[in-house]
Amino acid sequence: MRTIHTEDIKKRVREACGQMAHVYCSDILKALKEGRERETEERSVIAMDILLENAEIAEKEQIPICQDTGMVIAFITIGQDVRIEGGLLKQAVEDGVMEGYRDYYLRASVVSDPLFDRINTRTNTPAIIYTDITEGEDLVIELMQKGFGSENMSAVKMLKPAEGIEGVIGFVTDTIRKAGPNACPPMIVGVGIGGTFDYAAVLAKKALLHSTEEDNPNPRYAALEKELLKRANDLRIGPMGLHGKTTALKINIETYPTHIAGLPCAVNICCHACRHERLVF
Amino acid sequence: MKKIKLPLNEEEIKDLKAGDAVLVSGKVYTARDAAHKRLHEMIQNHQELPIPLEGSAIYYVGPTPAKPPHPIGSAGPTTASRMDAYTPELLDLGLQVMIGKGKRNEAVKEAIIRNHAVYLITCGGAGALISHCITDARPVAFEDLLAEAIVELSVKDMPCFVGIDIRGNDIYEE
Repeated sequence: MRTIHTEDIKKRVREACGQMAHVYCSDILKALKEGRERETEERSVIAMDILLENAEIAEKEQIPICQDTGMVIAFITIGQDVRIEGGLLKQAVEDGVMEGYRDYYLRASVVSDPLFDRINTRTNTPAIIYTDITEGEDLVIELMQKGFGSENMSAVKMLKPAEGIEGVIGFVTDTIRKAGPNACPPMIVGVGIGGTFDYAAVLAKKALLHSTEEDNPNPRYAALEKELLKRANDLRIGPMGLHGKTTALKINIETYPTHIAGLPCAVNICCHACRHERLVF
Repeated sequence: MKKIKLPLNEEEIKDLKAGDAVLVSGKVYTARDAAHKRLHEMIQNHQELPIPLEGSAIYYVGPTPAKPPHPIGSAGPTTASRMDAYTPELLDLGLQVMIGKGKRNEAVKEAIIRNHAVYLITCGGAGALISHCITDARPVAFEDLLAEAIVELSVKDMPCFVGIDIRGNDIYEE
């Protein structure tokens, strides 16, 4: 049995909020630089240069990369031999978000009631928190700051099994095409295949947490990721939607078993600043 | 990149063509979803608006809080199409320039042509860089909306492209 104190959790979540908002993940920055080299048309080159300069300014001056510092998503995986001391685990995450957004001058973007009042909670909480229990004595919290320009362009479709691979390719490509300039391309795209209506969407979000340098361990899905990336770039949406070559930097797939009657498919679009961090306790 | 200074006169507006890269200076008002909704309700109720629309510019942005001594935090554009429902009304009342990101609908395009206005786009997710172009920020209205409040910004050499020009040409449809 291992004991982890909620103060430690809160402190690290707080710090991660600042880090994610100000500093690009190194793999994404590298992919962005490679994308810049591929662009040939003036407007797309200007757009990519602006993004790269923005990344430098953000890190150096600790100004958020984007003003939409997102809604926080936390995937918590807790070993069943871990004991949390000092209070509730979820509250520690919420408190970390609250303090992080206040102390790093991040934007409070959460409204309390989604339909009627839409009053800002002023703290950027609540976060979206998923919990999973596993064996062992580790606690892992994967955090993400998800902007809504791209979240708004995401979609789920209950494909028929007969639609198969072509159905998946068609839906993913169509969703990226519709996202177009709204999703702040070059995008990172998470695809969830299988599970249920809701679980496919969770898989798609989890897929956004993977490194852009990491392919699906299953060679058939790895090949599908490459095929989807090619199709996305063939759409010629490009940086800022100005018809350049780099529409997406990476497409990652997560899968899960599903029902004999179904082929759920979810596409979670993320902008070029896919902000996430993995905290291991 | 061509430099332009707001407000624009008729000749200057005519000279802008979809796809042109421009550096924008002058005064712009921030307004996004909630502020647009309130402006719309005030217009419906024949109330006096907190900002003059005639010849003015609106930047679709909800910045991060200003960290002293800076006048503003990260301040890139938000998706303009969410404001489409309210935009023709504002253009008909004299709004001249909009700055945002993404496509607009046909009704907005028609109102741009009808009113000799212009839609500029700037780089989504470049909020840190764009914050360097903002030299002053003065709260004007709806402060209870926090990041969605209307603030008068002084901008200098903000990098944009002409998105939709007065002839209705669209950078995204070229």
